[in-house]
Amino acid sequence: MDKELAFEKVQEIFKDIFDDQGLAIEASTSSNDIEDWDSLNHINLVVAIEKEFKIKFNFNELTGLKDVGAMIDLIIEKLK
Amino acid sequence: MLDSLTYPIDVDLILRKKKAIKRELLENKPSSTINIAILGGSTTDEIKNILELFLLKNGFLPNFYQSEYNKFYEDAIFENETLSAFKPDIILIHTSVVNITRFPRFDEQIDEINHLLSTELNKFKAIWNSLSKYNCAIIQNNFDFPLNRSLGSLDSYDIHGKTLFINKLNLGFSKCANEIKNLYLNDINYLSASIGIQKWFDRNLWHSAKYALSFDSIPLYANQVASIVNAIIGNVKKCLVLDLDNTCWGGIIGDDSLDGISLGNETAQGESFMYFQQYAKELKDRGIILAVSSKNEYNLAKEGFTHPDSVLKFEDFTAFKANWEPKSENIKSISSEINIGLDSLVFIDDNSVEREIVSSQLPMVNVPNVGSDVMNFVDHIEKNGFFEIVTLSNDDVNRNKFYQENNVRAAEQSLFDSYDDFLHSLNMVAEIKSFSSLYVDRITQLINKTNQFNLTSKRYTIGEVEAVRSSDNYIKIYGKLADKFGDNGLISILVVEVRELSCHIDLWLMSCRVLKRNMEFAMLDRLVEACKDLGIKDIFGYYYRTPKNNMVAKFYEVMGFKLIESNGDDTVWKLNLANYEQKNNVIKIENG
Repeated sequence: MDKELAFEKVQEIFKDIFDDQGLAIEASTSSNDIEDWDSLNHINLVVAIEKEFKIKFNFNELTGLKDVGAMIDLIIEKLK
Repeated sequence: MLDSLTYPIDVDLILRKKKAIKRELLENKPSSTINIAILGGSTTDEIKNILELFLLKNGFLPNFYQSEYNKFYEDAIFENETLSAFKPDIILIHTSVVNITRFPRFDEQIDEINHLLSTELNKFKAIWNSLSKYNCAIIQNNFDFPLNRSLGSLDSYDIHGKTLFINKLNLGFSKCANEIKNLYLNDINYLSASIGIQKWFDRNLWHSAKYALSFDSIPLYANQVASIVNAIIGNVKKCLVLDLDNTCWGGIIGDDSLDGISLGNETAQGESFMYFQQYAKELKDRGIILAVSSKNEYNLAKEGFTHPDSVLKFEDFTAFKANWEPKSENIKSISSEINIGLDSLVFIDDNSVEREIVSSQLPMVNVPNVGSDVMNFVDHIEKNGFFEIVTLSNDDVNRNKFYQENNVRAAEQSLFDSYDDFLHSLNMVAEIKSFSSLYVDRITQLINKTNQFNLTSKRYTIGEVEAVRSSDNYIKIYGKLADKFGDNGLISILVVEVRELSCHIDLWLMSCRVLKRNMEFAMLDRLVEACKDLGIKDIFGYYYRTPKNNMVAKFYEVMGFKLIESNGDDTVWKLNLANYEQKNNVIKIENG
């Protein structure tokens, strides 16, 4: 899967989880940029990503997912 | 999107779109607020979020209190002003295998292990005991099995085994739940088994966020809790309406004849129809009313139940509509014949067009989308929690008898010259007394499910009923009625607030199965008697119109009250006791 497609899918996930259809993310978007992005919603994001891409993160990887860019990189890595 | 909350529950959609689902649910303006305190032994945030959706779907508007992480014990045992101020209607104690203080050690003897077991049980007994001060319902998880057990299968019978220890704890919980009023178990041992322990417990999520169940399991957990809440409040369905061809048996009896329908152990298909009938029969035996709504010739339809492998018999159905009228019309007449609201009906039909017609014509009726394969029907009934109950009373087991007895009464009525003669012939005997703790459960159940003969339609939690029972500011009376055909059980309730020389009827309701039996007169006689003892001069009655209680709009007029105020459809009535004459002369009162 190319980065662009992965990004689009992650964008949709963010819109759903934060219930904001106008939300636009970038590679650098992190929890500092989205008010509701707390540790609880972080799990929701991770679970939604796991389901969407049919992958599983282990808990060492979870702590590394600081921003959208890191998420996309890990997704691409996992899908290889 | 709301379909995601009914069986088969769409876990992925719920987890991803829960906020949008919540917005959609709030558009229905649920109005019945309910305060739920979650005391957790692990993280509960997402449980709260998802439970909220299921409660909203059931028409509740929940407020939540959550304990700090793993502070369920402290919150329960010690004084807690926040929790007191929150006034919980329901406390959910979300504990699980991770909260067991300690499992047996391999070097321990049986005495030590028994001591360990009672220490663990006593911890929870202390929790329930301390929470009883809130006068509310307590929902307690029992224990799920651990993911790993080093003893393998021996773990289930060696005294040191974890699974054996959990089985003993769970038995202890079951015993307590039967003894302690207001304590209800949420069987996560069953739920986790049904999901599969490997899927139920997510070690990743446990180690990283201290959730004791997987996110995929949370919606199923929340659905189960919401069903219990429904049952506690009394918001449950009463009648299962069945189609016949390809629902109760395979094939079309009109075409295939009795010999041609598929039913019985000879074929896989015939066996699955039997399985479905067996389940319906079990529901009937524990108090659910069965009815038929089918497009068929009446005699042929009836003949279907004479099939040697038919578990259900014609006599099992309280109403039997087999004709060529639209099913929605038949279902309407079933509802009025049995005297229960349309929203108390669950309709099962293998035909999607028929389901669509019924649910569009009668949106109140529950029409699960069961598909066309009988293999799935039972799960659609059970996992949607339509008939979930929290106590199995004699009333439940005998309910079908009441309705069948009513049919006999109706037949007998035509033999008498006057209705009064008929009433006298019933040899009715009533018990009309002040609330006693013995009946608090039944009273709460009746208050929350009676819609038609209900003047104010006020709902009380079990805690409020308990409070009214022990208060001197209220006259609170229940009525039980028996006659020569059988015992109807506890069927009427009056709650009246006393304010110096007058009193005000906060609640007057009666089960429709004893309509037109003069029980309401006997109840008023008893109320007047109680009023006179207290020196009360006037009784004020209130009628608040709801979509369902039109039947009693003129009730107070019939009872001799004078209209003193109207406000739209709502009315206020007054009865002066100076010249009151006893009204009941057909029911014998025995308060022995």
